[in-house]
Amino acid sequence: MNIFGSIKRLYHQFASPPYFYRISGLWLPYIMGLFVLLFAAGLYSGLILAPIDYEQGEAYRIIYVHVPAAWMSMFIYIVMAITGAIGLIWRLKLAEIVMISSAPIGASFTFLALVTGSIWGKPMWNTWWVWDARLTSELLLLFLYFGVMALYNAIEDKRTAARAVAILALVGVVNIPIIHYSVEWWNTLHQGPTITKFDKPSIHLSMLVPLLIMAVAFKLFYIGSLFMRVRTELLAREQKSKWVTQLLETKSN
Amino acid sequence: MEKQYLFTADLNVKNLACLRNEQVLFSGLNVSLSPENVLFLEGENGSGKTSLLRILCGFRLPDEGDITWGNQSISSVPEYSQNISYVGHKNGIKDELTVEENLNLMRSMATASDIETESVLKQIGLFKQADVLSRQLSAGQKRKLALARLMMTNNSFWILDEPFTSLDKATVVFFESLIKQHIARGGMLILTSHHDIDLSGLSVHHLNLSN
Amino acid sequence: MLDAWLQIFKRDLLIAFRRRSEIIHPLIFFVMVISLFPLAIGDDKVLLQKIAPAIIWVTALLATMLSLDNLFRSDFEDGSLEQMTLLKTPLSLLVTAKITAHWFITGLPLLLITPLLAVLLYVPTEMISMLLLTLLLGTPTLSLIGAVGIALTVGLRQGGVILSLLILPLYIPVLIFATLALQNSAQGFSAEAQLAMMLAILVLAITLSPFAIAAALKVSLN
Repeated sequence: MNIFGSIKRLYHQFASPPYFYRISGLWLPYIMGLFVLLFAAGLYSGLILAPIDYEQGEAYRIIYVHVPAAWMSMFIYIVMAITGAIGLIWRLKLAEIVMISSAPIGASFTFLALVTGSIWGKPMWNTWWVWDARLTSELLLLFLYFGVMALYNAIEDKRTAARAVAILALVGVVNIPIIHYSVEWWNTLHQGPTITKFDKPSIHLSMLVPLLIMAVAFKLFYIGSLFMRVRTELLAREQKSKWVTQLLETKSN
Repeated sequence: MEKQYLFTADLNVKNLACLRNEQVLFSGLNVSLSPENVLFLEGENGSGKTSLLRILCGFRLPDEGDITWGNQSISSVPEYSQNISYVGHKNGIKDELTVEENLNLMRSMATASDIETESVLKQIGLFKQADVLSRQLSAGQKRKLALARLMMTNNSFWILDEPFTSLDKATVVFFESLIKQHIARGGMLILTSHHDIDLSGLSVHHLNLSN
Repeated sequence: MLDAWLQIFKRDLLIAFRRRSEIIHPLIFFVMVISLFPLAIGDDKVLLQKIAPAIIWVTALLATMLSLDNLFRSDFEDGSLEQMTLLKTPLSLLVTAKITAHWFITGLPLLLITPLLAVLLYVPTEMISMLLLTLLLGTPTLSLIGAVGIALTVGLRQGGVILSLLILPLYIPVLIFATLALQNSAQGFSAEAQLAMMLAILVLAITLSPFAIAAALKVSLN
């Protein structure tokens, strides 16, 4: 119980808006700096150092953007559900704001995964769009993100909106595996197995390393842009509170 | 004389705050209320009277503060909200049901009092309209039907938001005497009203939310 | 507790009986939209027969969504919902009474009229029982999932469009399994696996969605 107590204390400290604002401001340059480094390293090793694929040629290299983006699209939705649950149960304003600030970032990653997937499809299938199981799942995930953002914007009181969105995100997260599974099933019955390099398990190490670097870079980008969004939202929401006025005074001096 | 209420306790509100669209309606509010007492909420429009009542009913979550019922947080006492008779701005009656069907529904859903539906109909003057669809009632008649909820159940905590809107004088007098009976049985009442209400002889506390 | 459940169930059936138009309108919508397809495609028996399950299912999905609009709206507007949260019976149980009543009022008539529409789309007679089976397993799930969306949007003025954004993506598994079951059985294969999945989704929806619906209604009351 003691450990729980101290975790909770730590959590409450971190969740207090002024503290989060200060700490995130300190961390932000490092996170973004590290992102730029890793992103550059990932691109260089993925696009130039990694060997060419014997089946797909150079075109396969788009996976270094596509796959991390697809991973992030799922990851961020799960983050939304978890922070949503925290916001619902403990009524933490910061959790609510993290949840809602994640939505547009997650939707952008989903969109990026869709676009890169369809660009990859052009040389592979000679068409811009194929109802491939993965692309379809991404499309449906994008719809889920749209629903979340539409609901948030429709409800005027933002704390109420955040609670409503949290419920929706939780319902969504229960449904995602079902949606994913149903789409896979639908796809195998309708299309027969498509040649997909995305999930080839025996990917060579020299191809895997750049992929993992890019995945870490994308995570850092998410954290960085999330911090920026949360900071803006916190300032807007707490503009009347003491710590914001103090902050403005010290800034203007 | 009716029986005393069995389920009563002190209500305590500590450091309560309510925000709407990031605007503070009230904050640092402390209230306590004991059985046999009335709390009369005052304050100009938009001062948060209805919001406070809705928080007490559990419809709205407070943005800060604690509410206790007999020293226990209301969220941990499920009986707390079951013991509330609430009449708000909305009447809570179904337009498509008759007067009698509405009353029977109120009774069957809660801890019912011993009173007969027929007797309630007579007392609130809707006996002739028993089989009329509630949709066809006047605003005042609908309000009477909503207030009849207070007679159908055996709850010791009444929360009334502008209860006497569009009621005629005789009905107001009837419900005033009902309130006095309720308090005498050990009940509690929190209300708002722009009408003058005769609560003489009762222990009434006033709380002005505008300040 | 069961008594309160039955009271709400009976109340909603009675109210629906007194406001029959709300039962009939989604049904008319269902019939009209289905008859649009032969008009748009042409009287092509082979094609219509092939896409009939898709047409019927997509339309049933939309009709269910439309019919849900009034599931909580009148209770929300007249204050009955507030009163329901003050009852001894948990709100999550009471909403199942409302949804069950609602399914009897809208889902069941939809099922009953489907054989007629299947004939319009040249669905072979032996397929109709499978079509009905998928609807029987699928429409309650649609009602339960849709009720979550309705509960979240009941306080909003432009709730209708937002509702469709919220729940249509969640309807997709039901749609996929139902149409796969129909295609399989049309080709003479077993549809058991898909039907089992639909049943599993229904059980999951019955278990989880009442809590989500009750929580969402409480948020909407706020």
